[in-house]
Amino acid sequence: MSLLDISMYKDDPGFDVSELMEKPYDPEFADKNYNPDKPMENRITDIGPPHYAQFFPEVIKKNYGEWKSHEFIQPGVIKYTSESGDVCYVVRCGLPRILTTNLMREICDIADKYSGGIARWTTRNNVEFHVTDEGTLRELIDFLKNFKHPGGSYKLPIGGTGACISNIVHTQGWIHCHTPATDASGLVKSTADEIFEYFGSHKLPAKLRISMACCLNMCGAVHCSDIAMLGVHRKPPFVEDERIGKVCEIPLVVAACPLGAIKPATVEINGQKYKTVRMNWDRCMFCGNCYTMCQAVPLADAEGDGVAILVGGKISNRITTPKFSKLIVPYIPNEPPRWPSVTKVVKRIVEAYAKDAHKYERLGDWAARIGWERFYEKCDIPFSEKSIDDYRLAYDTYHTTTQFKWSTHTDNL
Amino acid sequence: MADLKKHDTPMVDELKKGPWSSFADDLQTRGDSGSQACLDLLGQLELSYKDKETHWKHGGIVGVFGYGGGVIGRYSDQPDKFPAIAAFHTLRINQPASKFYSTKFLRKLCDMWDHRGSGVFNFHGSTGDTVMIGTTTEQLEPIFFDLTHQFDMDLGGSGSNLRTPSCCIGRARCEFSCLDTQAICYDLTMTYQDELHRPAFPYKYKFKISGCPNDCVAAIARSCCAIIGTWRDEIRIDQKAVQAYVNGELKPNAGAFSDRDWGPFDIQKEVIDLCPSKCMYWDGKELKIDNRECTRCMHCINVMPEALRPGLDVGATILSGAKAPILEGAQMSTLIIPFMRMEYPYDEIKELTDLIWDWWMEEGRNRERLGELIQRKGLPTYLRIIKRKPIPQMVKEPRSNPYVFWKEEEVPGGWTRSLEEFRKKHLA
Ligand code: HEM
Ligand code: SF4
Ligand code: SF4
Ligand code: SF4
Ligand code: SF4
Repeated sequence: MSLLDISMYKDDPGFDVSELMEKPYDPEFADKNYNPDKPMENRITDIGPPHYAQFFPEVIKKNYGEWKSHEFIQPGVIKYTSESGDVCYVVRCGLPRILTTNLMREICDIADKYSGGIARWTTRNNVEFHVTDEGTLRELIDFLKNFKHPGGSYKLPIGGTGACISNIVHTQGWIHCHTPATDASGLVKSTADEIFEYFGSHKLPAKLRISMACCLNMCGAVHCSDIAMLGVHRKPPFVEDERIGKVCEIPLVVAACPLGAIKPATVEINGQKYKTVRMNWDRCMFCGNCYTMCQAVPLADAEGDGVAILVGGKISNRITTPKFSKLIVPYIPNEPPRWPSVTKVVKRIVEAYAKDAHKYERLGDWAARIGWERFYEKCDIPFSEKSIDDYRLAYDTYHTTTQFKWSTHTDNL
Repeated sequence: MADLKKHDTPMVDELKKGPWSSFADDLQTRGDSGSQACLDLLGQLELSYKDKETHWKHGGIVGVFGYGGGVIGRYSDQPDKFPAIAAFHTLRINQPASKFYSTKFLRKLCDMWDHRGSGVFNFHGSTGDTVMIGTTTEQLEPIFFDLTHQFDMDLGGSGSNLRTPSCCIGRARCEFSCLDTQAICYDLTMTYQDELHRPAFPYKYKFKISGCPNDCVAAIARSCCAIIGTWRDEIRIDQKAVQAYVNGELKPNAGAFSDRDWGPFDIQKEVIDLCPSKCMYWDGKELKIDNRECTRCMHCINVMPEALRPGLDVGATILSGAKAPILEGAQMSTLIIPFMRMEYPYDEIKELTDLIWDWWMEEGRNRERLGELIQRKGLPTYLRIIKRKPIPQMVKEPRSNPYVFWKEEEVPGGWTRSLEEFRKKHLA
């Protein structure tokens, strides 16, 4: 029996939007009914999201909380069986997170034809179609295999289940943000192409999660990923002396710096005095927080900016506890449109891990078992002084034991 | 369509090649079918590839009347070259919990967004919202009016407020779920509409809800309040199904390792020996678990889902204070409540939330996340605020330094004492 109990929400505004959805979009509705001089007239606020359950497929409504087991019948295809005996197949497809109404309408066409007019998105920006019979499932899979963009890429590649590299979650980059140190969509597309065989297969030792954020703000929260690509700046901000006093609050800019590198200052330009700030460049760690607070201290720079690689984080509590990713390559220059140096390093790490790790072992657990000295050796990545922590709590990462392994790093001592 | 202006984009065009679904091709197709904004977006991206720097200006405060969040201003710094994206603001719209949509809903949303914006979405933002990128300031109020009247949709959070809560798929599809993740997500979202829309906090606050310790929404890494399903009783064992795994009739891990020959399934090596608390026993016939020693890591259940299931006495573990590195360094959430029952109307989590918010709004500095405040004030202080007893589950290990902040009332006789008496006994 379904455990779905939603009766307590039935008076909420978005509980049942089906009537609204029967009406086509009225492009003139707002122009006719919204009066800018009286914004409160006819205004609806604080209604929250539409209630989730109305969008569940029937088989989910019926078997909510009654699912008994699941099976990956092939990469990207999951079969769920309920206590009731009902079965639901899910086809999972990769998508770039950014998508247009064009592709969205095509997704709707597919969902109307194969999955009862419903599509669902995952946390990692995959789209899923639910079907209940095997015939439809096969037709859908056949259709998706030939569903391609003009340039030849799969519009909806099937995969993202089991011991795979699922969709690379990412942020906005040069497509839509003002603080990035690299692009997101282009770098992610390039990386996803490079490791494509691992998206639609189950051949890794465990899940491998790649994430990407284009600056230290990390809108994608990449700090607990098996492999993270992170945009980094390497030059301190400019200061626009003649503008800063007009567009920013100086004390807020000063307070923005976690390292106290910013001091208030007054400068004279052409006989006119300006209140501004000065930075102690030796203290700057290029975090960009001052720029987040104030537009007159930009720090983007073609030569300064690039990508750092961090590895070994995880989120799940399975076997070992969640872990932070660790910085192993401090900087790789931006090489649009394909970022070959970044994708090469990522691929090398993936392949070394795939070859060497035990079954069920996540990348960070593998590195911890073989030792980081061996990790660098196996991945053929030079160890950099920049990987030694000198920020707060740095000491936690230092080795305070005589236990270590001999590796290429010690061979020529 | 004759009046569309295409830009020369040789570098961006490279991204149409290769097997992974090409955003560039999608934008191009939408552009060619009549969206100048998509063409200008590709043009500006090409310029960024040439310059290796972004061409978006810093923010700009825009919004809708009565709300303090949900809209983020965005302006091109090359408006003359790319007029269709001169102003290109983002709207965050509160997604339905766990992100199911009907095509009727999506098509109507497309019609609206083509009419009032660029036709470009992010499905979804990393916090979880349905994100629409690319519209002008004049369109914001009509869009909000359309959303609320024609869709029963509302804006999500941005700025120093509650951000849009999000959850895993939970009981809708997953047999591991110990929680009604969508219900909790929806209920908290509806309860805190004011906090979501009108910034009154020192900084952002996030709820995320995962149905079990696999934590598919990454609550432990990304939320100020992580609500993660768990159980107190015993892992349910179907001994027959265990045998079926051992005999090779069932695929380990539901087939997640199917493309590689890992040899025959070895329950000792793959389950018993990998159990982090070494609380499982296998004598060739029967699987035993010492549940009192189990840390509910999910490994055995993930490997043999047909045979093992979480217990039935379910609730949530609550953890506080995760954040990305800015400013004090990345933090994961800290375990504060090992077990909380999660039943409608969820009073206990709401009472806890009130205690946390009152303290944080009083003590938190501008742009200080809850996790940073807990660090600054110490976990013991936080526990007093949320009225919880300290228990060993809250620490990895006891401290190794002896710098204890004793309180005066904890020490017999207090701290005020007579120096005279002291000196009578001890000459200076
Ligand atoms: C400066 C301009 C910024 C822009 C345009 C921006 C944009 C975004 C967007 C669109 C999202 C997804 C929202 C959603 O799903 O609804 C997001 C999430 C996020 N932002 Fe930002 N952001 C900015 C600044 C920052 C800053 C300053 C920080 C931190 C100091 C930050 C940290 C985050 C984090 C940690 C998340 C997501 C966390 C999660 O995974 O749930 N962002 N941001
Ligand atoms: S990670 Fe940084 S650059 Fe990227 S979208 Fe977020 S704030 Fe912008
Ligand atoms: S970039 Fe960061 S460290 Fe450097 S001055 Fe700005 S706030 Fe300080
Ligand atoms: S977090 Fe647990 S309950 Fe939720 S979807 Fe993942 S495995 Fe299932
Ligand atoms: S859930 Fe984890 S700790 Fe508990 S018995 Fe299974 S493997 Fe061991």
